[in-house]
Formats: sequence, C-alpha cells, structure tokens
Amino acid sequence: MASFKRRIIQVTSTIIGNGYFEGFAKGTIYRGKLKSVCFPGLNCYSCPGAYTSCPIGSLQSVAAGLKYQISLYVIGFLMLIGTIWGRLICGWICPFGFFQELLYKIPSKKLKMPKTLNTLKYFFLVVFVLLLPALSTNEVGIGLPLFCKYICPAGTLEAGIPLTIKNVALRGAIGIMYYWKLMLLAITIVFSILISRPFCRAVCPLGAIYSLFNSVSFYRMNVDGTKCTKCNICNKICPVDIKIYENANSPECVRCGKCVDKCPTKAIKSGYINEKKGRLNHEKILDVGCGADNCN
Amino acid sequence: MVRVDCMKDRLKYVLLIMSLVLTIAGIYRGEVAEVLQKAINICLECIGIG
Repeated sequence: MASFKRRIIQVTSTIIGNGYFEGFAKGTIYRGKLKSVCFPGLNCYSCPGAYTSCPIGSLQSVAAGLKYQISLYVIGFLMLIGTIWGRLICGWICPFGFFQELLYKIPSKKLKMPKTLNTLKYFFLVVFVLLLPALSTNEVGIGLPLFCKYICPAGTLEAGIPLTIKNVALRGAIGIMYYWKLMLLAITIVFSILISRPFCRAVCPLGAIYSLFNSVSFYRMNVDGTKCTKCNICNKICPVDIKIYENANSPECVRCGKCVDKCPTKAIKSGYINEKKGRLNHEKILDVGCGADNCN
Repeated sequence: MVRVDCMKDRLKYVLLIMSLVLTIAGIYRGEVAEVLQKAINICLECIGIG
C-alpha cells in the first residue's frame, strides 16, 4: 500500500515540478517568478517543463557569480528540507530517483554496487558543486556550474534532449560537450538497469547533502529491537542495500518504506517524532531516551 | 546512549532554526534575484552546449 502511495507521489511531484507543457511544445523554458524557488529534488531548471529551480544548479550559479561564493538562501533551504525529512525526498519526490527506479524494473541481470562508491558523492559535492564553481573563475571573476556542465545526466535527460529536439538554434550549437553528456546519460541508464539507484548512491550531490541530515531529521526510521529477528528480508529488498536493523537512520537510506511494508514482524516503523513524547507519532513504544522526558 | 539521543533531539531544533536564519539571510542579501536570473535563462552548460 505504501509503495503504491509512494509511486503516486513520485508521479505527481514529477508532473507538478515539470508541468509547464508549453515549454515542451515550443522548445523554451518557463520564465516566471516561481523559478526563484528551489525544487527539493534533482530537477534541472532548464527542463522545458520546470516551474522551479534545481538546488544544485542554483548553488553553483550563485557561487560562480560575482557577488557571493556561497548561497545562504539555497544552503538554508536544503538544511530546512534535510532537517525535516532527510533523504525521504530522494525516495519519494526526486524525479531523477524515480527515473532510475523505473529503469531498474527492466528485467536483466542485477548487480550489487560496492559500498565504497557511496562516498564518491561527497567528492562530487565538495569539489564540483562547492569549490570549483567558486574558485576556478575567469579574469572577470565568473565561474561555471561545473557539476552541471561535466557530470549531471539529469540536465541532459530533462533539458538537453527535449530542448535540442524542438529548438533549432540550440540544435545547431551541438558540439562535443553535448555528446559527452549524452554518453554519461547512456552510462547512467545502463547502470540503472543493472544496479538500483546508482546515481543517487554514488554521484548525486543533493543526496550527499540530505544524507548528512538522516540521523537527526524529524522524520525518521525506527526498528523495534524486541520484534526484529534479523531475518534480513529488509536487506534483500532494500534499494540501497543497507541493513536497517544495524543503523535505522543510515545516511544511505532513501526512506522508500519497502522494508516497513515487508517486515514480517512489523518491527520497522517510520514517521515524525512527537515533540512532547519523543516518540514516533503512531508508535507507543521505542525510541528510548530520545524523548523530551529524558532530556535534561 | 541516552545522552547522544538527547543531543540529536536538540540538534534538529538547532538545525531547523539555523536553516530558517540562513534562508532569510540569503533572501535579505538578494540571492533570490540571483537564483531567478540564472533559472529563467536556458543553462547552456546544463544541456551540454555551453
């Protein structure tokens, strides 16, 4: 049931976030004031349908500009989302995460991703999103959104392909970088068929930011140690290959809730902490020690 | 263990307040216009042309 609800939310957020259909028809983008607001998931602001901005693109564009080297507005927004939901956004809202999930449904041999690759996304975040756009500037002092330029396959899928199909001027300007990004998208697609959410786990700088908040966010996972038999069913169906009974709020968990549905003993719960009781709002026990009663 | 949980419990409120302060500070120093300015133009780097 939760998985159906999640799918509905994924489809809805993808459509609402990219609902400017005129843009797809004309090969242009939305230019209204809503674009000053960031979308919580990875969604390119040059997608013809995008009503809002990509937070990773915005972070880089402000850093690459002349005025500021870091965007307090975008960092504050991401902190706010991360503190409330953590990586729930990756599992429920992000259009590119949804795209990868659909690809993984294509029947094929499935592979496991080496866990060491999980740390790679922090490298992309620090180097390509935070440092290089601010530091590698031209003589005038303007940098480039280097993650968008060299790495992001979401931009190619959501913006590059639809815009070059409909916009003759842009099609005429296609060069080697376009093919480089097309190749990266093709690689991402192939790996997404074989491995569950490879981009989210190894590359996504937005996932890297939200992952920092998973252990402290208001929305959280909880495993009842008295009910858990460590049968490992949760690990087998987990899209990011974690053992939730070892770390319920692991930085890698996208909070899709598959383990909640499948747990045979109903030991796994997810929800918001009740401020007064310090417990999950639908759970009468658990989360020992986290309550306001115990905090002095 | 209980102490760590209590710290985390408090930390999330600190983070919530900090996030609001940062967002407001960003709005105050005019970053919204900067984000908008970039977002309403086609990002050539994003689509592999720039």
